[in-house]
Amino acid sequence: MSLLEIRNLSVEFQTVMGSFRAVDGVDLSLKETDLLSIVGESGSGKSVSMLALMGLLPWTANVTADKLKFAGRDLLTISNRERRKIIGKDISMIFQEPMSSLNPCFTVGFQIGETLQQHLGMDRKARKKRCIELLDLVGIPAPEERLKAFPHQLSGGMSQRVMIAMAIACNPKLLIADEPSTALDVTIQAQIIDLLVDLQNEKGMALVLITHDMGVVAETAKQVIVMYAGQQVEQQEVDALFAKPRHPYTHALLNALPERSLHLDRLPTIEGVVPGAGDRPTGCLFSPRCEFSQDDCNQNVPSLQHTDIGAFRCFHPIEYTGHGE
Amino acid sequence: MSFAIEGRDLKRYYDVKGEGFFAKPVTLKAVDGASFALESGKTLAIVGESGCGKSTLARLATMIEKPTAGNIFISGDDPHANGGADIPRLRQDVQIIFQNPYGSLNPRKKVGTILEEPVVINRKVSAAERRQLAETMLAKVGLRPEHYDRYPHMFSGGQRQRIAIARALMLKPKVLIADEPVSALDISIQAQVLNILMDLQEEMDLALVFISHDLSVVRRIADQIMVMYLGKVVEQGEAKTIFDNPSHPYTQALLGATPAVDPKLRRERVKLTGELPSPLNPPPGCAFHNRCRFARAECSVTAPPLEMKFGRLVACHFAEVTVKA
Amino acid sequence: MSNGTIDAVTAETPRPSMLRQNLKEFWFYFSESKTAVIGLAFLVGIILMALTADIIAPHDPAVQYRECLEQPPTWGADKCNFIFGTDYAGRDMLSRIIFGTRLSLVAGGMVVILCLSIGIVFGVVAGYFRGWVDIAIMRIMDTILSVPGLLMALVLVAILGPGLLNAMIAISITYLPHFVRLTRSSYITESSKEYVIASRVSGAGKFRIMFITILPNCMAPLIVQATLSFSTAILDTAALGFLGMGAQPPAPEWGTLIAENRDLMLSAPWTVTFPGLAILLAVLAINLMGDGLRDALDPKMKRS
Repeated sequence: MSLLEIRNLSVEFQTVMGSFRAVDGVDLSLKETDLLSIVGESGSGKSVSMLALMGLLPWTANVTADKLKFAGRDLLTISNRERRKIIGKDISMIFQEPMSSLNPCFTVGFQIGETLQQHLGMDRKARKKRCIELLDLVGIPAPEERLKAFPHQLSGGMSQRVMIAMAIACNPKLLIADEPSTALDVTIQAQIIDLLVDLQNEKGMALVLITHDMGVVAETAKQVIVMYAGQQVEQQEVDALFAKPRHPYTHALLNALPERSLHLDRLPTIEGVVPGAGDRPTGCLFSPRCEFSQDDCNQNVPSLQHTDIGAFRCFHPIEYTGHGE
Repeated sequence: MSFAIEGRDLKRYYDVKGEGFFAKPVTLKAVDGASFALESGKTLAIVGESGCGKSTLARLATMIEKPTAGNIFISGDDPHANGGADIPRLRQDVQIIFQNPYGSLNPRKKVGTILEEPVVINRKVSAAERRQLAETMLAKVGLRPEHYDRYPHMFSGGQRQRIAIARALMLKPKVLIADEPVSALDISIQAQVLNILMDLQEEMDLALVFISHDLSVVRRIADQIMVMYLGKVVEQGEAKTIFDNPSHPYTQALLGATPAVDPKLRRERVKLTGELPSPLNPPPGCAFHNRCRFARAECSVTAPPLEMKFGRLVACHFAEVTVKA
Repeated sequence: MSNGTIDAVTAETPRPSMLRQNLKEFWFYFSESKTAVIGLAFLVGIILMALTADIIAPHDPAVQYRECLEQPPTWGADKCNFIFGTDYAGRDMLSRIIFGTRLSLVAGGMVVILCLSIGIVFGVVAGYFRGWVDIAIMRIMDTILSVPGLLMALVLVAILGPGLLNAMIAISITYLPHFVRLTRSSYITESSKEYVIASRVSGAGKFRIMFITILPNCMAPLIVQATLSFSTAILDTAALGFLGMGAQPPAPEWGTLIAENRDLMLSAPWTVTFPGLAILLAVLAINLMGDGLRDALDPKMKRS
């Protein structure tokens, strides 16, 4: 049963310099218990697309899609009231900066309790019990005392666990994690990512992990979507993606990883920079920087082609012979 | 042979107000006995998580702060001898670049002014010569002469880091301290900036002190490594030796927690229990013992000395070399 | 191609000059508030009026027309044609108000200049040295703040003697704490940023750090404060003038105009209404403009 269906999601912002397309034609399908990772560098639109799904973008954003369905509900035509019943309860999200995502004026217990009260209508006693359960579930020691703690008294790792507790409080069907471990120390990062994967298994929910850390993707995800300059350029299963990336951007990105060039004097780089608002190339957005680009690449815009191994947006995807390239 | 920069048993303690109104001040031991010696043209990586003292060490190395105990030597001279009379001169030999490309450049100054500032302060050259120097340096880091007149906010993160590197090298220092210079950058930009650093290091015979928590980057560029935990050095030596066979349990945990794309580079994930202890209240004996999987009774009583074992310095009562599977 | 050439930057379209670019962006945000633009237009009008007063004023503001004392606003009549009427001595109200713009602008301008220059120095010194210097400066400012503004201005003018110049000095002193506080708090926020450390590592000394490195980054809230103080200064100058402690008659300062014609409030209301309206409109315009300025200078970071 398909949990999330997105077809041709686009987001445009009104800015000083005119209209800017932050997300351009994203297709996504998720079933329950899927673990998808959306990967990309700054400006790729990975966060914006999920914020658009949640309805969390500012008023300057214009969200359009052919299809945006969650658990059978059409999120495009839904009223704000109905949407508020779903967001936070069936779909929830955790963010990158745990220290600034929690309200500094209220205790941890209050903030988790807020979600419970709003969506599940629990009374005070039930809320307290459930909060303690949740804090225990996310691995916070001495949960009864932590309920009274304020966010500034918690470390980065603890704050992120509290965020996760808030997010899973109502047993959501889909959890979106936007760079959940980037701002944390490396040993805490590992703990948080492990926690998310464990919770996903236990609760049977779908997890979308947005990150720019390829190592995390390789170790955790099952499906991967690669984004570049707002467009979805590749989608494959994780092992296939790392072994045989089809899109030249994915290929170049993997080559630029420090660990893949240990035997080289210099790191391979991708020449040029990501196109900004003012300098979008004609044709394929990656073509100016692509080592495999050909003449037709900067004339026409490639569309996203779906095949049985995945999807890619390229006129000349990399081919692999039987023994690999 | 004289080292470009040398630290001997460096200590930096701070007196911090204790909790509560009448509490006595508590001593925060930010750096508690770090020693290192770095030759020109080589790279020392200082690795550790929050609170380990690496940023304080950077402040000591750039002579912004004076060590509470121990000595620092720049090309054989102690800046704090003679009441600090030599500091202005030695300042020119040690420069720094920071993690946050968005905070390390003065937003109200043009790039050209930012680059020329060190020269204005320290040298007596004409305006035309200064401009020439600035433009030469811009070209060295891959920027163009017209960027001289622009303001920092017009540049991307990677470009700003290049400007920061250019500024640091204007006085042709002997030592460059790089405090997490690529942590905030995308992978493809990281590669560009690292290449620039390595090229310039070779060209100018720089001693590079590279502070980072990202072991995949460190593995790529470091000659020597110093692993710190709560102000103390726990393992130190040749990078290759330590990466192949880390002997301190904390180093093992760090390596295990670093996500890697290539399964062959992944190490066993060491689950570290508990949170980082507060530097104000470090555990007795070995600072790491309450999170260490090998801890025995002795570890909570005596702090292990930093000794040469298995070809590197390590501070552990039970250092064992784990053989790579 | 992907083997690590030190790459240059984007192929860029040629950019217009920096100043034009900044002004364009500033105008985009500023003009979002229609009232701010109207306020700005009005202020420009007042400035033009002050500059061209000799030309556009229909009469000399000091000339007394004995036959037309306390004349109500008339136009199109045979004689005594005064659009805003005349005051108790037969002087043309319109001309007096037009010339009064000069005094108000000078008063506002002087106050802002004095406050900015002294306030910035105190704020920066307090922020840099901290410790007892900071405490001393801030306690003095707290003392000034604790006395009601106009009362303090009155006392100061009583000591220094009445007159426009002394009124401006007195008002500046009462506004000083706001500028000092703003400067100091911006300064403290900025001084912990990394570009300051970078300057220190480059060898920058005290004065360079204080005034060249950090101060330019504290200017945005100060500009807004300066604009709002401009309008409040006009208001306070008028108040002092009304109390007889500011500009002395026959200077056509708006507050003084109201004071001179106080007895005629009921019998010849135009003599006090028009100066009052002038004060109201000028202050309103500057405040609206100041609001727009604040919005334009702040969320620039948040948008594109």
